[in-house]
Amino acid sequence: MSKHFFGDTTVLLGRSLRHITRSPDTIITTAIMPIAMMLMFVYVFGGAINTGSGSSYVNYMLPGILLITVASGIAYTAYRLFMDMKGGIFERFQSMPTARSSVLWAHVLTSLAANLVSLVVVMLVALLMGFRSGAGVLAWLSVGGILILFTLALTWIAVIPGLSAKTMEGASAFSYPLIFLPFLSSAFVPTDTMPTVVRVFAENQPVTSIVNAIRNLFAEQPVGNDIWIALAWCIGILVVSYVFAMNTYRRKIS
Amino acid sequence: MTTQQAAAIQVHGLEKSYKELKVLRGVDFTVARGSIFALLGSNGAGKTTAVKILSTLLKADAGTVRVNGFDVATQATDVRESISLTGQFAAVDEILSGRENLVLVARLRHLRNPGKVADDLLAGFSLTDAGARKVSTYSGGMRRRLDIAMSLIGNPPVIFLDEPTTGLDPQARLEVWQAVKELAENGTTVLLTTQYLDEAEHLADRIAILHEGRIIVNGTLTELKQLLPPAKVEYVEKQPTLEDVFLTLVGAKG
Repeated sequence: MSKHFFGDTTVLLGRSLRHITRSPDTIITTAIMPIAMMLMFVYVFGGAINTGSGSSYVNYMLPGILLITVASGIAYTAYRLFMDMKGGIFERFQSMPTARSSVLWAHVLTSLAANLVSLVVVMLVALLMGFRSGAGVLAWLSVGGILILFTLALTWIAVIPGLSAKTMEGASAFSYPLIFLPFLSSAFVPTDTMPTVVRVFAENQPVTSIVNAIRNLFAEQPVGNDIWIALAWCIGILVVSYVFAMNTYRRKIS
Repeated sequence: MTTQQAAAIQVHGLEKSYKELKVLRGVDFTVARGSIFALLGSNGAGKTTAVKILSTLLKADAGTVRVNGFDVATQATDVRESISLTGQFAAVDEILSGRENLVLVARLRHLRNPGKVADDLLAGFSLTDAGARKVSTYSGGMRRRLDIAMSLIGNPPVIFLDEPTTGLDPQARLEVWQAVKELAENGTTVLLTTQYLDEAEHLADRIAILHEGRIIVNGTLTELKQLLPPAKVEYVEKQPTLEDVFLTLVGAKG
């Protein structure tokens, strides 16, 4: 690792964060879709959905909405990386005596920061809509930790199309299936009403364990095995996507 | 050995293929310190590939390249300290201001006083008034000037300009030519690629023609002109222009 790695990453992080503060619309568009879904589910479908849990529907579906927020937010990560590749500034940085991987890490950390801001915005709207939790500090920290890991895992997935896409649409289209995934999980309805095939898929895909873990943390319920399965998924996806992203990156720079 | 150290760029037996396609098939040339060297060729001749290898963005399949005395394969960091690359598209950050772009590069080159470096270059390239404006509001010529100004930060002894005037209007092109001439007068070695024959004719001390992956001629403008039979006195006397030389040579070999 180059001796300038931390300094260079900080400089480049400052640059990308400035991009976000100068076009805050990316935060707003990231947050607006999950907020619209939340309004629709709570005030349109929610009344007809029997979750079997005692608490309000907004409490029930918020974890799924938070994951959708991250899944739509990382489309911008891929977009920002793609624009750097296309504009030639990526090559300029790579031809300078700068720590080479700093360019990538700055994008990853920016993605984390932007998604955390979007998550806070969505959370505030949920509070206005009646979301309540008596969770203690430790439970909130656990939720935060899971969301950070989930964001990092999805961010490294986003790096791959960001580096290799040929068009802007291609760079962000990968996020659509990720946004859709929570619908095939326990995020909006309990899985036991689903037909067997769908249910088996729903119960064994990463979103369900992550949603269940966050939901139970908020509801001060025991999290059981869900939190460990959730962590295993997040870390597993993180490691695999990191390896693939780094391979893509090395192919790009050699 | 002394002559080897005197040359700013030495390329020997350079080869590069993309899968089946042989882009460079054994390229040799040297560039003397403080001179302007033009690599001339049609689209797809391999100019950009050569520049990318010389600036450590691509790895060669075979051959040796030394820039400022350093081997691009084994001493890439030293090479990056010695060069700067201005790619085919102005590699500037559209969202930052002109001054912020310059400060960013100065920081990434780990210079002491980035603000002063930026202000000096803004003044030198007649961009002081526009310095605080977002680059997305700049004209093509201003953007190119900023791009070249960014390349000068840290006074690298060798500068690569890959098609610096492609897509510029005649006025902007003259501005870029002026900047390149001033660079060479101050002792910087400039390697530029171009498909415009008059550009090479105006700027370069030596011109090499890259055709189908090989250098087919390499000399001063006068030497190149002597390759064609001397002008005959007819009804109209016509000296061969560089364009005639180029097209004849390319046509003969191709």
